[in-house]
Amino acid sequence: MSQVLPAEGGLRRVIGDGEVVPDGEVEGLGADDLLALYRDLVLLRTYDERSLVYHRQGRIGTYAIFWNHEAMQAGSAYALAPRDWIFPSYRESAIGLLRGMPASTVLQWWRGHPAGWWNPLDYNVASICVPIGTHVPHAVGFAWGSRLKGEDRAAICYFGDGATSEGSFHEGMTFAGVMKAPVVLFCNNNQWAISTPLSEQTAAPTLADKAIGYGMPGVRVDGGDVLAVYEATREAVERARAGDGPTFVEAVTYRVAPHATADDPSLYVDEERVAEERENECVGRFERYLLRRGVLTDSSALETRREALELMRQGIAEAEAEPPADVSLLFDHAYANPPAWLADDLAELRRILGE
Amino acid sequence: MSEKLLVEAVNDALHVEMERDPTVLVLGEDVGKLGGVFRATAGLRERFGPDRCVDTPLAEAGIVGTAVGLCMAGWRPVCELQYDAFSYPALDQLINHVGRYRWRTRGKMSFPLTIRMPYGGGVRAPELHDDSPEAYYVHTPGVKVAIPATPSDAKGLLAAAIRDPDPVVVLEPKLHYRTAKEDVPDGEHVVPLGMARVAREGDDVTLVAYGAMVPLCEQAAAALEGEASCEVLDLRTLKPLDEDALLASVAKTGRAVIVQEAPRVSGFAAEVAAVLAEKAIFDLQGPVLRVTGYDVPYPYWQLEDAYMPSVERVADAVRRVLAS
Repeated sequence: MSQVLPAEGGLRRVIGDGEVVPDGEVEGLGADDLLALYRDLVLLRTYDERSLVYHRQGRIGTYAIFWNHEAMQAGSAYALAPRDWIFPSYRESAIGLLRGMPASTVLQWWRGHPAGWWNPLDYNVASICVPIGTHVPHAVGFAWGSRLKGEDRAAICYFGDGATSEGSFHEGMTFAGVMKAPVVLFCNNNQWAISTPLSEQTAAPTLADKAIGYGMPGVRVDGGDVLAVYEATREAVERARAGDGPTFVEAVTYRVAPHATADDPSLYVDEERVAEERENECVGRFERYLLRRGVLTDSSALETRREALELMRQGIAEAEAEPPADVSLLFDHAYANPPAWLADDLAELRRILGE
Repeated sequence: MSEKLLVEAVNDALHVEMERDPTVLVLGEDVGKLGGVFRATAGLRERFGPDRCVDTPLAEAGIVGTAVGLCMAGWRPVCELQYDAFSYPALDQLINHVGRYRWRTRGKMSFPLTIRMPYGGGVRAPELHDDSPEAYYVHTPGVKVAIPATPSDAKGLLAAAIRDPDPVVVLEPKLHYRTAKEDVPDGEHVVPLGMARVAREGDDVTLVAYGAMVPLCEQAAAALEGEASCEVLDLRTLKPLDEDALLASVAKTGRAVIVQEAPRVSGFAAEVAAVLAEKAIFDLQGPVLRVTGYDVPYPYWQLEDAYMPSVERVADAVRRVLAS
């Protein structure tokens, strides 16, 4: 087995700039694939932008913005088969949309309604992981366990640059290497952990360099280039399927929005850099690429955006039409065989609530 | 029936349950070729292969975290954490995920994992090989906790834990791994979770205990014979607690002394005392007393006998409650 060690230095890119850097292409991706990727990007972008509006209107709670992370999510997810499992962090809260999950479900998650807690088996998408990096061992255990059962399925785990400082990341990566788990460890390096820049997160020259210590290849890719992300993930999934074990993918982007709706980045961020990065945001980059290549027209782009907006309108309407959760959901599902006193507690609560 | 040490009964349970259910998988540090530092997993690797008795990296959060993923892939993992205090790095996974994941999926996915570990003091070991961490686990919603006191219960409760659809932490009294010996049922043997056991009948006072404190209370009861008639109630399962058995015993004796080796404040004895205050106050003829470890780090072993609840301390508490 050959490994790319040490980790690659430069960033892999496919999309050019329309002037000096020429456009590349990814072998095996036809026009239909490119348009499907475009729809995925627009869907995620629309979800994100509408969610910010809904938050400001008081229709959803605190929300973790993922504007300019769409290429990393859509590009990598497109490299998976439906049987492969996705382990998202809160930054990938809407990635289930790419697997047919209704927008209302994700919106309900951010509204704090139990209807937002989906059944992972319906989409092969695990629950959103809120504590940082603690789902890395889950994805690894799932992938390893699937291999032990002789099942041909891989897993992908998404986390940010800050997660690479967590113990769970380290322990999960260690297990992934030792157990040769068919898993893609996908780091969306947006260079900020709330207010902490990458330079204060690690002294490693690159995050991909960490992969060497776990005995797996580390790949660096331009996180704003959906095609480069797709290609790198496809290679990683192929390695996993071939029995060659895990791959660490560092996708490099820049966080141009607040960490979440409760954050005030004006206290720490370089506004000029943000403005510059916003100019080069990932959905526009791919749109211009498709227009240059004649795959997309202005009218079909408009139609794609209209469809995504309609899906969101329907999603928020469905979410808001959902009746309030019954208090029994406080107690249901904490245990398969609950201790007897939970039923007593529910009865007492109902009595006090006058139900 | 065969006569077995407590650790042999644990080993027997693992053999029987792995034979019975091909999705049971044991993982942990040194559990494979070595058979565990206490030999609790001896022979499993030879019988079931390295894929079902897995030597892992030295990473407790990794062991419990990957076990969560193994559940999602259809396995029924049994994690060995090598010592009580070595389980603390895994609390991250236990609290954040093990106790919550089923609820997070609204009951659509089960996480039937078992975490077993040797616990407790009195073994003349270095620091952090002596703790009684049960309160952390009991305080975690979604997680059940069992602590056997006898070889038969060590087998039967572990089997129940492995078969249970919820995550169960089983703490095994390492002090009695090789001192407790009795006839243990052969083959399948399950002691249901949530059922306490009257280890010794008595009329004047109930000694409530679990794990290594059960034989201690039996010794104290024997020492007090002629002076006080002590009932010894072995809780066996801390969650779900067998409240019926607890209340029935205290209704009979009217007095309770709760014994735990963990530090006193917010220990499990406090929960038992609270249940008695809420539900047995009119049966009580005296204060509910606790005999516990002290609120200090578990000491260097030359002082551990003074830290651990002893026959003398239990007897003293019984005399005080009878005199009140």
